Amino acid sequence: MTAPDAAPDPLSHAVTAIDLFACDPHGLGGIWLRGAGPVRDALVERLKDALPSDMPVRRMPGTIDDDRLLGGLDISASLHAGKPVLQSGLLAETHGGVIIAPMAERLSETIAGRIGQALDWRAVQVERDGIAAETEATIGLVLLDDGRGAEEKPPWSLTERMAFHCDLSAIDTLALPSLSGKNAHTISEVAEPDDAVLRTLAGTAMALGVHSARALLFAARAARASAALAGRATIADADIVTAAQLVLAPRATQIPATDEPQDSESEPPPPDPESDGHDGDADEQQPDPPSLEDMVLAAAAASVPADILSKIADDVQRGGASGGAAGQRRTSKLRGRPLGARPGIPSGGARLALIDTLRAAAPWQTLRRAEEGEDAPRRIRIRRPDLRVRRFEERTGIVTIFAVDASGSSALARLAEAKGAVELMLAQAYVKRAEVAMIAFRGEGAELLLPPTRSLTRARRALAELPGGGGTPLAAGLDMVCELVEMVQGRGRTPFLVLLTDGKANVGRDGAPGRAQARDESMAVAKRIAAMGVSGVVVDISPRAQPEAADLAEALRMEYLALPRADAATLHDVVDSLQDQAVAA
Amino acid sequence: MSVFPFSAIVGQDEMKQALLISAVDPRIGGVMVFGDRGTGKSTAARALSALLPPMRIVEGSRFNCDPDHREDYPEELTSKRVRRVPVPFVDLPLGATEDRVVGALDLERALGKGEKAFEPGLLARAHRGFLYIDEINLLEDHLVDLLLDVATSGENLVEREGLSVRHPARFVLIGSGNPEEGELRPQLLDRFGLSVEVKTPDDIEQRIEIMRRCDAQERDADAFAEEWKAADTNILRQIARGQKALDKIDVPEAILTDAAELCVAVGADGLRGELTLMRASKALTALQGKRKVRREHLIAVAPMALRHRLRRDVLDETGSTVRIDRAIEELFG
Repeated sequence: MTAPDAAPDPLSHAVTAIDLFACDPHGLGGIWLRGAGPVRDALVERLKDALPSDMPVRRMPGTIDDDRLLGGLDISASLHAGKPVLQSGLLAETHGGVIIAPMAERLSETIAGRIGQALDWRAVQVERDGIAAETEATIGLVLLDDGRGAEEKPPWSLTERMAFHCDLSAIDTLALPSLSGKNAHTISEVAEPDDAVLRTLAGTAMALGVHSARALLFAARAARASAALAGRATIADADIVTAAQLVLAPRATQIPATDEPQDSESEPPPPDPESDGHDGDADEQQPDPPSLEDMVLAAAAASVPADILSKIADDVQRGGASGGAAGQRRTSKLRGRPLGARPGIPSGGARLALIDTLRAAAPWQTLRRAEEGEDAPRRIRIRRPDLRVRRFEERTGIVTIFAVDASGSSALARLAEAKGAVELMLAQAYVKRAEVAMIAFRGEGAELLLPPTRSLTRARRALAELPGGGGTPLAAGLDMVCELVEMVQGRGRTPFLVLLTDGKANVGRDGAPGRAQARDESMAVAKRIAAMGVSGVVVDISPRAQPEAADLAEALRMEYLALPRADAATLHDVVDSLQDQAVAA
Repeated sequence: MSVFPFSAIVGQDEMKQALLISAVDPRIGGVMVFGDRGTGKSTAARALSALLPPMRIVEGSRFNCDPDHREDYPEELTSKRVRRVPVPFVDLPLGATEDRVVGALDLERALGKGEKAFEPGLLARAHRGFLYIDEINLLEDHLVDLLLDVATSGENLVEREGLSVRHPARFVLIGSGNPEEGELRPQLLDRFGLSVEVKTPDDIEQRIEIMRRCDAQERDADAFAEEWKAADTNILRQIARGQKALDKIDVPEAILTDAAELCVAVGADGLRGELTLMRASKALTALQGKRKVRREHLIAVAPMALRHRLRRDVLDETGSTVRIDRAIEELFG
C-alpha cells in the first residue's frame, strides 16, 4: 500500500461535507458528526448559516417519545372540537427542514427506526390512538455523536441513510475556511451524472467493499452537489473524487490492493487527484496516465478513516472472511427507556401512565356523560379499561459479559466452550431479550471480541477464530470488564459477569510479568467492579480448583464455581439459573 | 413517496419470484425478506402493491366484505352492488398503536355525536390482501403477539365496554428485516411461508443500472412509472392467470415423493415445510403458465420454502441455503 503524499485532512473533508449537505439537505439525507468539541459547534453554526434562512432547523431530544416524534391525538383539542384532532410530531413539523439530534450515540433503535422510515418515505404515517394520517416530512438529519468507544455509535439504521460520515475527533485546529457566500449553482442546474460518472463510482464502491445501493446513490448525489458548489454545470473529475472521499471511503470494508502492479494500467496512481501527472513521483518507467477510476479509488482509499483501516487489518489478520460491513455495524441496543404504555392496572411496580390513560378515556367522554347524566359535566370520566401502565425496557435487559482467561495451554478449550455458551444463550435470546458480550485476555492485554449483541449471526462472525495462549493479564481483562459494565449500565441495562479463569494473574497492567504486582492490581479492579453492583459468577475451569479464583470471587462479591470439565451446555445452564436468581432478587 | 415499479427493480430475482408466488397463492403465507441495509427490500415489497389483480367487495364495505360471504361480516350492508377494488396492500408503520391495528371506537362519532361505533383498523383494511411490516424486528412484542394470534385464527376480535366486534382478518404477511439486528422469534418466522435473503448485486453493470433507474425515478416519478407500466401490467396479468390456473395444476406422485424426501434430507421440522414446498411449486408452475409441476419447479422454490425451517444447530455454522443446495444435489443430482 503506498502512503499518500499528504495525509487526508479531516477538517477540510468535514467542511466540504457540511457545505454539500447544506446545498442539498434532503437529497443527501444527512450528516453524521462524530466527536464533541468546538470544531463541531463551528461546523453546525456554518451549516445553519449556509441553509436558507426560512428553513426550519429543530433539535430533537434523545428521550423523545412516539407522540412527540410521530404525532398523535391532541386530547384537549379533540375533546373541545368533538372530533379527532391530530397533533403533529417533530418529524412533520420539520417538513422541508433539518433535524439536529444531539447525543445520537444514545438514540434507541426504535426511535431510529421511525426516523429511518420517515427518511425513506419523506412522510410520516401515523396510525395512533384513533387517528390515521399521513403527513409530509421531508427532512435532513444531523447526528451529533459524542460516543467514545468503537461500539458507542448512533444506530446503523440512521447512519446508513445519510450521505456523510465525518469523524472530527482527530481535528486539533479551528481554522475553518470562511463561507463562500451564495452557491454558484443549485443542484438542479447541474446535469445528471452520465454513465462514466456512474461507472467510476460503482467501480470505486465495489473496490472499497461498499455494498449498499444507498451509498452509491448518495455518492452520485454528492458529486452533483459538489459541482453545484463549484459553479459547474456538469460533474467534473474533482467532484467524483470528493464524492468518493466523503461518501464511499468512510463506508469502506476493504482496502483495494493497489500495490500489486499486474500491468502498467494498475500501477499505483498518484494519490493527489488534483495534480496532473506525476510531478512528485520518482517513477522510473512513466506508466500510462491512470484511468479516472484508479485515480478516484486511490484518493478514496487514502481517505479511509484510520479506525476503519485498523478494523479491516484486524479482520484480515483474524482471517475473518466477513466481506460485509460487520465491523461498522452496530447491534440493536435496547436502553432503559420507556416502551410506551399498555392497558393494565397500576400495581406491583407498574406505574400509571397518566397521559396515555387520559388519551384512552378521551373518546368515551361524550358517551359516558350521556350514560351518567349531566350532573358533573366537567369531570373526566375514567374507567378501569382506560388505565394504562408504563413499561420500561430494562426489566428484561440483561447483558451477559463473558470474560475469558485465554492464557496458557487450556486457553483454546476454554474459549471454545465459552463461545458455545454464547451461542446457546443467543439462540434463546428471543425469549429473554438478552444480549451477550465477550472479552478475552491473554498475553499482554485484553480484547473485546464481541460487543454486546443479540444477533447470533454477528456473534458467529466475530468469534469465528479465537486467539489464545500466553500469560494472564487479569487486571487488563478486568479493566475492560469495568469499561463495558459502565457502558452497559449507562444504557440502563443490567450487566451480568461470567468470568472464566483460574485466578492466577501473572502479567501486570503494564504488560510486565510478575505475580505479586499482577495480583494486587487485579484485586483492586475486582473491588471496583464489586462497588459497581455487578452480579455474576467466577467459574474456575482448571483441572484442580485454585484458591486464587475463590479469592477473586470474594473480592468481586460474586458466586464461585469450580467446574473442572465445564462444557458449553453446562456453562449455559449455570449462567441461566444464576441469572434467574439475580433477577428475582 | 411514489412506488417504484416492480419490473424496474434490478436483479433480486429470488425475492421477486417469492413475492409473485405469494401473490398467486395467498395460502402459502407470505414472505419474509432478510437482507442488509440498502438492498431494496422494502422497495420490492411495496412495489408488489401495484401488481395485484382486483378483488370483488360489496359496495360501501369497510371490512373488504366478500360478496359471497356477507354473513361473516359485522356490517349491515344495504347495497346489492359489487365493486372491483385493488387488493389492499397495507403498510404497518413502526409506532402504530394497538387500537389502530385492531380497530377501536370511532373517535369522530363518539366525540361528536356520542355514538358508540366501531372504526375498523389496519387488520380490517388488510383483509384479503397484504400486510407489510418493514423492520419487523423492531416491532413491539405485544403487537407481534397480536398479529400471530390473528394470523392463526383468521379473525379479529375486539371487546371493550359494550363494543363487541368480530370480523374476518386474513392477510398475507410480508416482512423485512436485518438479521444483524437481532433474531426473529421462531413463532413469527414460522408464520411466513417463504423467506429470502437479499444482497445488493455485485455485478457492476447491474449496480450502474440501479443508479440510473433511481435517478430517473427521482427526476420524474410519473414518467418513470409510465415507462414501466406495460411491463408491470404484464406481470399483473401473469399473476391473475396464475391464480385462475392454480386449482388445475397437476401434481404427479413422484413430485410429492421428491418433496417429502427433500424435507427429511434437510431436516425441516414439521408438516408445514412440506405443505409450503408443494404449494409454492404449484404456484410457480401456474405463474409460468405450465400445467404440471416438475422437479425443476420444486428445486427452484425449495430454498425459499425451507431455509427458515431447518432445525437450528448452534454448532453447525453452515448456512441454511448451503444445506438445502447440498441436499438437492445429493437427492436429485
